[in-house]
Amino acid sequence: MNDLLTVHGLCKNFLLHRQHDAKLLTGCSDVSFSLKPGEFMGIAGPSGAGKSTIIKCIYRTYLPSEGEIFYRTKDGREVDLAAAPERDIISLRRSEMSYVSQFLKVIPRVPAVDILAEQLVARGWRPDGARERAREYLQMMNIDPSLWDTSPVTFSGGEQQRVNLARALITQPRLLLLDEPTASLDAETKKIVVQALLYLKKQGSTMIGVFHDSDVMRRLVDRVFTMTGGRCRSITRMQEVV
Amino acid sequence: MAAANDAFVLRVNRLTKRFGAGCPSCYALTGPAGETNICPRCGSIVACHDVSFDLEEGEILGIVGESGSGKSTLVRCLYFDEEVTDGEAFLAAYGGGRVNLFAATAQKKRHVRNHLMGMVYQNPLLGIKPHFTAGGNVAEKLLTADIYNYAGIRTRAAALLTRTEIPRGRMDDFPAYFSGGMQQRVQIAKALANNPPLLFLDEITIGLDLSVQARVLDLVKEIQRELGIAMLAVSHDLGVIRMLADRTAVMKNGRIVELGLTDQILEDPQHRYTQLLVQSML
Repeated sequence: MNDLLTVHGLCKNFLLHRQHDAKLLTGCSDVSFSLKPGEFMGIAGPSGAGKSTIIKCIYRTYLPSEGEIFYRTKDGREVDLAAAPERDIISLRRSEMSYVSQFLKVIPRVPAVDILAEQLVARGWRPDGARERAREYLQMMNIDPSLWDTSPVTFSGGEQQRVNLARALITQPRLLLLDEPTASLDAETKKIVVQALLYLKKQGSTMIGVFHDSDVMRRLVDRVFTMTGGRCRSITRMQEVV
Repeated sequence: MAAANDAFVLRVNRLTKRFGAGCPSCYALTGPAGETNICPRCGSIVACHDVSFDLEEGEILGIVGESGSGKSTLVRCLYFDEEVTDGEAFLAAYGGGRVNLFAATAQKKRHVRNHLMGMVYQNPLLGIKPHFTAGGNVAEKLLTADIYNYAGIRTRAAALLTRTEIPRGRMDDFPAYFSGGMQQRVQIAKALANNPPLLFLDEITIGLDLSVQARVLDLVKEIQRELGIAMLAVSHDLGVIRMLADRTAVMKNGRIVELGLTDQILEDPQHRYTQLLVQSML
């Protein structure tokens, strides 16, 4: 077995407590797939099909209800992300696993360059070196240099999204989970993001991305996992789709 | 729930704090199920009951809950401001993590508090003396931690105040004439003075205006990143907890009803009360 990630029989239900009763919602059920190191899998499907649920379960933002998520760490251990203790999850998040949402959430008033540099400082970099690298990534994401020392709170939506992505890319995660990384970007900016993701893939990172934009997806992924109503409809190699 | 492990900085076991004489049914009749922390039979207040958790190295553990849920009492017990009714606490840096702090003598407790803990209260004036200079306040904490060299104290105080962005020129001024945000930053400098492995933060952003809030949060994060201090951060503001904490415990009527990764607590809350809390967030 040399898969990096194996998801087996993953189910996620949400039990919503209400005044007098409770309601059970299904996020996804019986999801299984596996990923080889360096592979990029896309998840497609209509809104509400459970695409984000899968990657949030892998990142453990959602507590999986059933099933296993085996992840092989850098040092060769096999960890079940669905059941591992929280401190193991925290340490994996700090060292090798990243998640990028559509929205940037940061402490206000912290400059963009520091938001990126913090990630490296937390991994033992010296502040000067970290800032240097942070500037390279802002450059790569085509963020105007005049904005680097201002807080992303003042940025446009697309710029925020790129800072958000850069914040994950700068750490070169082994496993990167992407929730619609190109959702609100113009064509030119999408190209930049695609380039950056392809670059990371070349470095050997394994990725799972939720996409609505089939054009972007086609340029990035090796396989597509298509969902409807919380279940897998098909898993296809990229060439066969569209 | 956190699994048992040996990398803890602070371990709390079944901590209970009751105000009042108590009766045999106090604990059964209070708590989230009965939605009260006042015992209907004897009128005692059960502020905290059966609270257990591990605080791990370099971690910020958030504690959220409504007013009266027992969060501040918990922190005050751990800092020995209050005497616990029952329970144990272990500090890795004290007695190899095998000595129950609550059973120690008052003198030992004072030693632990002065050397191994820092506290930042909601109200800065609880933590600092407004009519000592800013530098003098930091010096006081150093003196209690047995550092007596005058020049050393002065240099360290200046460095800490600079770190918390108090202008060098204000070092010999009285915090009584500082703004609330500046007072809070003096308090943080003071709490850090003895290089504690453990820091308690009790609602540190309440009463500060938004711009100062952001700066205090950034300062706390920076301190954690650079010094690796473990912190227990109490707040009723989920936004603050989201920014600071790796893991979060949710308290209700003196009990921990849920403990998990902060993003999991916010996005996939399990307990009825946590769901209510998160759904009420603006």
